[in-house]
Amino acid sequence: MQDIWKTYANGSHALRGVSVLIDRNEFVYLVGPSGAGKSTFMKLIYREEIPTKGQISVNGFNIGKLKPRKIPYVRRNIGVIFQDYRLLPKLSAYENIAFAMEVIEAPRRLIRKRTMEVLELVGLRDKHASLPAQLSGGEQQRVAIARAIVNNPAVIVADEPTGNLDPDTSWGIMHLLEEINFRGTTIVMATHNREIVNRQRKRVIAIEDGLIARDEARGEYGYEI
Amino acid sequence: MGMKFSTMLRHLREGMKSLLRNGWMTFASLSSIVISLFILGVFLLLALNVNNLTEQIESQVQIRVFLQLNTEQDKIDELNRTIGNMPEVSSVVFVSKMEGLELLRNSLGEDGRELLDGYDETNNPLPDSFTVEVVNPQEIGFAAKKIQAINTENDTAISSVKYGQGTVETLFKVTTAVRNIGLVIVAGLALTAMFLISNMIKMTILSRSREIKIMKLVGATNSFISWPFFIEGALIGLFGSIITSTIVLVGYSQLVSFSQFELGLMMIKLVTVQESALLVCALLIGIGTLIGVWGSTISVRKYLKV
Repeated sequence: MQDIWKTYANGSHALRGVSVLIDRNEFVYLVGPSGAGKSTFMKLIYREEIPTKGQISVNGFNIGKLKPRKIPYVRRNIGVIFQDYRLLPKLSAYENIAFAMEVIEAPRRLIRKRTMEVLELVGLRDKHASLPAQLSGGEQQRVAIARAIVNNPAVIVADEPTGNLDPDTSWGIMHLLEEINFRGTTIVMATHNREIVNRQRKRVIAIEDGLIARDEARGEYGYEI
Repeated sequence: MGMKFSTMLRHLREGMKSLLRNGWMTFASLSSIVISLFILGVFLLLALNVNNLTEQIESQVQIRVFLQLNTEQDKIDELNRTIGNMPEVSSVVFVSKMEGLELLRNSLGEDGRELLDGYDETNNPLPDSFTVEVVNPQEIGFAAKKIQAINTENDTAISSVKYGQGTVETLFKVTTAVRNIGLVIVAGLALTAMFLISNMIKMTILSRSREIKIMKLVGATNSFISWPFFIEGALIGLFGSIITSTIVLVGYSQLVSFSQFELGLMMIKLVTVQESALLVCALLIGIGTLIGVWGSTISVRKYLKV
């Protein structure tokens, strides 16, 4: 990921003139009170929202000026992870992950190989045939992460990935994300988890009331709960 | 488009899987298509039979041209040619006075036969005549007038032209009306069926809106998302119409064999299953598949905003 910088305002002023540059291979925590604009920030990256003003560039694509027809192709280079996992409920773990590869019309043999590979990486090889409903929250999030990375995206955007998980499971997910980051993927993660942020000591961007309140290279969570 | 063959196969697989996964929805759409097409099929057969009956009746109408008693053979041949050459006329058959007498004897039957006793070739009171059939039964009145017009002031070889004036016109009015009403009903039902199916698929898509959002999130193009829906719609239409065709044709063949005797007494002959099968199947399957594809297309378009 190269050179994003953006200034935006949207109806209710979710973000009011935010400029940020996130380098390739960075791991960034996005913190701040609920409703401060974290989610909007992330939605702008994967082109769920369009900025009312300003420019965003992700991976060399000018996201704001993207033709609707091109959106799917940009999204294939951005893995997205949510608090509620968002798996396809009627597909097995394996099928959920393979789906992201079917979308890019990858050959079937490659799909099988790569899907098993990422299942191995997230430690769910044995549960590849399980439906999301048969998996625990942590396992579902692992499937979601596997789906996000299966196409080797340049960036992963994670919106409170540990929000629904207990501390132990959360740490498991964090180690997985660190591992992925270590292998060369940029990660932008919004979180309310103070313990994780404080222990990891990575770059922290705090958004308050639509503005960047803090941007520290080895930051802390900095809010009392 | 430029879609890979393997991707097309994948869409086909997904479309079929989706039919199974959404069991109840599939069942609902399938039943509504079967019911609509069934009614359509019944009306189609009804229309076919009305049409057939009308044609039977129409084909029986003919013009009788009676000649003066003393018309000479040359004149008869000339009239035969003149009438036969008219573009409206499909056939002219000369009925000599003797043949006329035979026909009359036959139609009077045993009891009435004695009325004609004593008549033979020397004192036959009947005139020679022509039986004329026309190409288009609806033009029979016009053709009759044209034949009547062959007579000139000093040549009145034709004594009269008869074709059941009045009765025939009324019959045609009735058959035309029946045909048109049938057509309107069939068209209306086809539209209703289309509306039902498109609604069903719209509901299917809405119930899967979350899935579609997720698909978009992982970078699926609109066409990639839509294809399985098109295939699903087409398959529902295809299966539904095959089921309906089977029901309609089996039912109809039963009806034909059970009613054969009774209707035979009334001189009514139903269209046979063999005659109607191809048309009914082709129409039902064609319309059913079209309804399925069309229904899914509008719904997909609307939801995905393609």
